[in-house]
Amino acid sequence: MALFDVSGYKSHLELRGKTLGTGLRHFNFGTTNQEFAVPAGMDPSGFLKSCSHEGQGGVSIDLNHGTTTLAFKFRHGVIVAVDSRASAGSYIASKEANKVIEINPYLLGTMSGSAADCQYWERLLAKECRLYKLRNKKRISVSAASKLLSNMMLGYRGMGLSMGSMIIGWDNKGPGLYYVDDNGTRLSGQMFSTGCGNSYAYGVIDSGYREDMTVEEAYELGRRGITHATHRDAYSGGVVNLYHMQEDGWIKVCKEDVSELIHRYRKGMF
Amino acid sequence: MSYDRAITVFSPDGHLFQVEYAQEAVKKGSTAVGVRGKKIVVLGVEKKSIAKLQDDRTVRKICALDDNVFLAFAGLTADARVVVNRARVECQSHRLTVEDPVTVEYITRFISSIKQRYTQSNGRRPFGISSLIVGFDFDGTPHLYQTEPSGTYHAWKANAIGRSAKTVREFLEKHYKEEDMESDTEVIKLAIRALLEVVQSGGKNIELAIMKQDESMKILDQEEIKKYVTAIENEKEEAEKKKKT
Repeated sequence: MALFDVSGYKSHLELRGKTLGTGLRHFNFGTTNQEFAVPAGMDPSGFLKSCSHEGQGGVSIDLNHGTTTLAFKFRHGVIVAVDSRASAGSYIASKEANKVIEINPYLLGTMSGSAADCQYWERLLAKECRLYKLRNKKRISVSAASKLLSNMMLGYRGMGLSMGSMIIGWDNKGPGLYYVDDNGTRLSGQMFSTGCGNSYAYGVIDSGYREDMTVEEAYELGRRGITHATHRDAYSGGVVNLYHMQEDGWIKVCKEDVSELIHRYRKGMF
Repeated sequence: MSYDRAITVFSPDGHLFQVEYAQEAVKKGSTAVGVRGKKIVVLGVEKKSIAKLQDDRTVRKICALDDNVFLAFAGLTADARVVVNRARVECQSHRLTVEDPVTVEYITRFISSIKQRYTQSNGRRPFGISSLIVGFDFDGTPHLYQTEPSGTYHAWKANAIGRSAKTVREFLEKHYKEEDMESDTEVIKLAIRALLEVVQSGGKNIELAIMKQDESMKILDQEEIKKYVTAIENEKEEAEKKKKT
């Protein structure tokens, strides 16, 4: 068959007796071998469809993306702000969940969607980033880290993963901000907000954003965005965790309770 | 019992004979020379004289792996084709995943890992090639690496592989000067002089590829090589005259 080698087509005989191929996963960054094997004959995407609203039987698995996270680039780096409410349906499982994973002193990842999926895959990403640094003696770039995560998501596309994440970092190309989600979408941009409170956050940060803000103004904008989102969205709340990504690494700016912040911002209301 | 049959077997005194035999095959191949300057990297190979009816252009011993890396090899040409193919795919795969071109060290490490895998599996023989890999990383630093059939690799300032590699390397050690490496012409001349030591009939049998910082690889054509060769011969004559007076 023409282009047999290039196409990557593997006959079942080859897959059985592989002895030479299994060693060098690290050059493919673990993307050719799946982390979880899907048993032969199973069809996860078909099963999931039957569990949602459109399927029969009245059974419905609804994955709520209960969170608000936001990040934006400006002159002095990148601001990252997240809430801290973990909800299971209408039950608040935790008011101090940690939705930012500190991958290394120059890389942060935020989490929204299913907490389990986010925590697992982003910790796996942290492992790959660390291995990259050990093998290549230099830190991984933000674009490569986000590409690894989106490739992991693409491997399980349609099988019910739920993750909306932002990868924030500073490498030799400057500040980096990428949005990665469970469909395999990977976008680079100036400003993103994820989770079911994202529309409220967008409203606030869109109206208050200027590229030449001072650092304090940017902190305040990030805090406001999360606070107003938690005020209106039932699935967001808790505290605002605010990070600032600078050229020499990230710093954690503050951790403030939204119920106090909202009083500061809505003076006439209460 | 002879220990050179299956390569997975060590001999009692710790040798992997198949790997050593592969290195002998390399020593029979045509010479290749590599020199790393400050802003230029040069690879030269000895072109074996070809039959009259053979098309000159189909014999290429210098292969580009990507825009910023190229290699020359000594040993079995067919083995080199396999290795170069895999390296080219890996360069593109790296660009796709990491969104950056490979560093010279990365692709050298990849090629060495392939070679090492073949020294540790049953039923396969090692690759009978040594290669010189040169190029620039995306931050502009030049590199020259040499790989061997055993799967080891080392960085060099200047090196030679293949037939008479030892003679050429001694010549390079004698004549390599750190200050000369600033000038692109001096680097090219050093590579040509080193090859002229072992190549018969002068400039006709030399193929040279150069890459300057932020430029793509260029294979010098015969006229340019002749110009350098005449310049080198003139310098030699001047040196002889000075010695006599």
